[in-house]
Amino acid sequence: MSFQPVKFYQTGTFTVGNRLLAPEERSVQASAHRFNSLTSGHRACQGCGEALGARYAIDAAMEACHGQLIAANATGCLEVFTTPYPETSWQIPWMHSVFGNAAAVATGIAAALKVKGRKEVRVIAQGGDGGTTDIGFGCLSGMFERNDDVLYICYDNGGYMNTGVQRSSATPPAARTATTMAVGPEPGNPFGQGKFVPAIAMAHDIPYVATATVADLHDLEAKVRRAMELHGARYIHIFVPCPLGWGTDSSDTIRIARLAKETGLFPVFEAERGEVTAVLKIRKRTPVEDYLKPQKRFAHLFGEHPRSDTIARIQALADKNILKYGLLAEGG
Amino acid sequence: MFQIRIHGRGGQGVVTAAEMLSIAAFGEGRYAQAFPSFGSERTGAPVVAFCRIDDKEIRLHEPVMEPDALIIQDPTLLHQADIFAGLKHDGYILINTNRSFDELGLADFLKDWRHDRLRTVSATDLSRKHIGRPMPNVPLLGGFAAVSGIIKLESLINAIKGKFSGKVAEGNIAAVTAAFNSVAANIEEARSHA
Amino acid sequence: MLKQIEGSRAVAEAVALCRPEVICAYPISPQTHIVEGLGEMVKSGELKHCEFINVESEFAAMSVAIGASAAGARAYTATASQGLLFMAEAVYNASGLGLPIVMTVANRAVGAPINIWNDHSDALSQRDSGWIQLFAETNQDALDLHILAFKLAEELSLPIMVCMDGFILTHAFERIDMPSQEQVDAYLPPYAPRQVLDPQAPVSIGAMVGPEAFMEVRYLAHAKQMQALDLIPQLTTEFKTQFGRDSGGLTRTYCAEDADTLIVAMGSVLGTIKDVVDEMRTDGHKIGVLGITTFRPFPLAAVQAALRDAKRVVVLEKNLAIGLGGIVSTNVRMALAALSIGMYTVVAGLGGRAITKKSLHALFRKAEKDDIELLSFLDLDQNAVDKQLERERNTRRCGPIAENLLRDAGIVAARNY
Repeated sequence: MSFQPVKFYQTGTFTVGNRLLAPEERSVQASAHRFNSLTSGHRACQGCGEALGARYAIDAAMEACHGQLIAANATGCLEVFTTPYPETSWQIPWMHSVFGNAAAVATGIAAALKVKGRKEVRVIAQGGDGGTTDIGFGCLSGMFERNDDVLYICYDNGGYMNTGVQRSSATPPAARTATTMAVGPEPGNPFGQGKFVPAIAMAHDIPYVATATVADLHDLEAKVRRAMELHGARYIHIFVPCPLGWGTDSSDTIRIARLAKETGLFPVFEAERGEVTAVLKIRKRTPVEDYLKPQKRFAHLFGEHPRSDTIARIQALADKNILKYGLLAEGG
Repeated sequence: MFQIRIHGRGGQGVVTAAEMLSIAAFGEGRYAQAFPSFGSERTGAPVVAFCRIDDKEIRLHEPVMEPDALIIQDPTLLHQADIFAGLKHDGYILINTNRSFDELGLADFLKDWRHDRLRTVSATDLSRKHIGRPMPNVPLLGGFAAVSGIIKLESLINAIKGKFSGKVAEGNIAAVTAAFNSVAANIEEARSHA
Repeated sequence: MLKQIEGSRAVAEAVALCRPEVICAYPISPQTHIVEGLGEMVKSGELKHCEFINVESEFAAMSVAIGASAAGARAYTATASQGLLFMAEAVYNASGLGLPIVMTVANRAVGAPINIWNDHSDALSQRDSGWIQLFAETNQDALDLHILAFKLAEELSLPIMVCMDGFILTHAFERIDMPSQEQVDAYLPPYAPRQVLDPQAPVSIGAMVGPEAFMEVRYLAHAKQMQALDLIPQLTTEFKTQFGRDSGGLTRTYCAEDADTLIVAMGSVLGTIKDVVDEMRTDGHKIGVLGITTFRPFPLAAVQAALRDAKRVVVLEKNLAIGLGGIVSTNVRMALAALSIGMYTVVAGLGGRAITKKSLHALFRKAEKDDIELLSFLDLDQNAVDKQLERERNTRRCGPIAENLLRDAGIVAARNY
């Protein structure tokens, strides 16, 4: 029986049934022989975007390097829910040191492997946005600057979730967190702050930078595969909704991630040595309200006294991204 | 134990001088300790370095409080810092200068001193001539060897060969020998006049 | 082979002989010459099979060492003072994880006020971190202790700080005897890790441990360090056999057998103390010295044995536990617990103030007559202190203390003689 390409859309998600794809186009997760690097039994919340992203990313990396992988993990949700004493859900060699040093620990692991001539073993460092954009920023930049042979994966859920949803430099403007409460004249996280680490990564001219979301899992796997083809410092920034911290339904994780992309608020692209090389276009341009409304962390923008001014400012940010990264398809 | 204190300014190689002296003493099978008065690097600021030489292990780790000898690389320090502090009476003093002790205004201070232990040498001029630039630190050691007899010229030359090479080594060896000879001749002349 | 070289260079060459595989460091006075020496050796190819990484902070330095050690490489770094504090979180992490990293601490005071000169406050701030701490008395000691440290660290799976006085030892040219590569290879085998990150046998390192097991894990860290009390003397004996020197050990005594007064100290000041003791012995004083080489684990039994017959003990230390007094002395006090011997604490040499033979002569003679305070500060300028206290009593906005004192002293440049 021959295969023919079939585009198959289901309302609400764009999940394509794996059995309709050619084997080589299927997700790593479709195989019974997948590594299950992050195996079941971990303690993540129902609907956790980070667990989903990590499972896909690490298994894709394992596939690419034939199972020869070592991971260094920053303190955070991922580390905590994957290693509840006395269990671990990691089936790969894995290390947690402290909050801010995952990139440096990975540098050390890579150096040890190099000196021992174990070229086939690859190294991944991973952390949440807190451990990457804030406390781990110095070590991250150092790793980039030295072009150490490490793939750093950041799972961005826009806040310090494990400690109770506090604001990080990746928290979007207007979002409610425990340290940017929805009170006062300017409720939520201030505008005019924050940093977009993928752009900073690009400024280091490293071999590969990519952003991805858990709404396009094939795309995520492809980017991990691409990163694993290269050597030197590489960075993948994955947008991962957090139902608990964002106040979204645990069944909505993938949909919310898609809306972040479709509004233009989260640009999905690839870059090599500081230049954008590919962009995942918006399929159907969506107003930011559609993304903000299902999230309780933005509830103060709606309801009895809607903040249309604030929503307009957020829309402006989305519009800016669309222009900057060329997120619309021709005629879109 | 023989203790030497070297005074100069940052950038003049004061610390290197102390180190070379210790290497020369080591070459003679003796124990030697050389260290600077430590601080952040700063060209032009007063710098002091110390050297101890002994025939047994040197355990002492205080700065040289009562030197047996002073080597003064930069005479502009003479009336600025208290560089003679602790100097043992009749200690050796070697000054890098074209002028005499009298002309430097030290006549009064040193009038009861053993004059055969007070010498000057134009080490900067000698270094310019033989090395091609003003770096009097190593040549001065030649003068010191001559006035004190604590170290042999040959040992200094070996130390130079160990640290430098090519034209730099040659120049330093020529300069240190010239300084040694100059001071030795000076002492001889003074003795024959006495 | 006998050499006349800088202490830092001696340490660099000794570390190189130990076949390190990953060296990572961030510059800080007065450790710079050690790391520069090693960097040059790696870059020139003289030191092979070694990765030298210029990191972006001391925190990164310890973190890179952690990753390298966990992946099975022999890892080394060096720091001092502010740098040691900056990496403090990672320092505790390394010992908690049982990684046999060796680190040189070129002892330097900790600010504020910023001070680049020697005292022991940096290393001692980390005394309870779980690292073994060894204090070198001379540059020979320093280079030998590094060789012993790699062996000790790897046998116990514990990291070790080799402490040497910044500037006083690191920047002094002294005669040392450098072992040969063959000698070191015979003493120090390749690193065989107890735990390692390896795809062939995956493990998870660094998981959270809750109340149900944390006490046991910490107890084991303590128990493991205590093993060093037996292992260090053993390795020291082996060292003597292999290299012919008495380097290492828990403690060392000098003229202590019939001493009425015993001076306890660590580091390079021991040399000056021994010169003073020799002179006083000539004058008939019954005075001796106890040098502590291993500060952690603290050798209570050895210290007690050395001090038990003395009439009095004077602990001369380059540390100050603000709010209490001495640090070494409080540890020594534990060793004296069962004995009724008077103990005096003398805080000296903070921030690099010279400890002179002259001052020690005066101090020891007074101590022999029990004519010193229980806690005193050697060569303290009491006038300057009193002036500042008066200033503070009279004026609310009296300005930064350091500036006032420096202005009183009348000189901007440091004078340590």
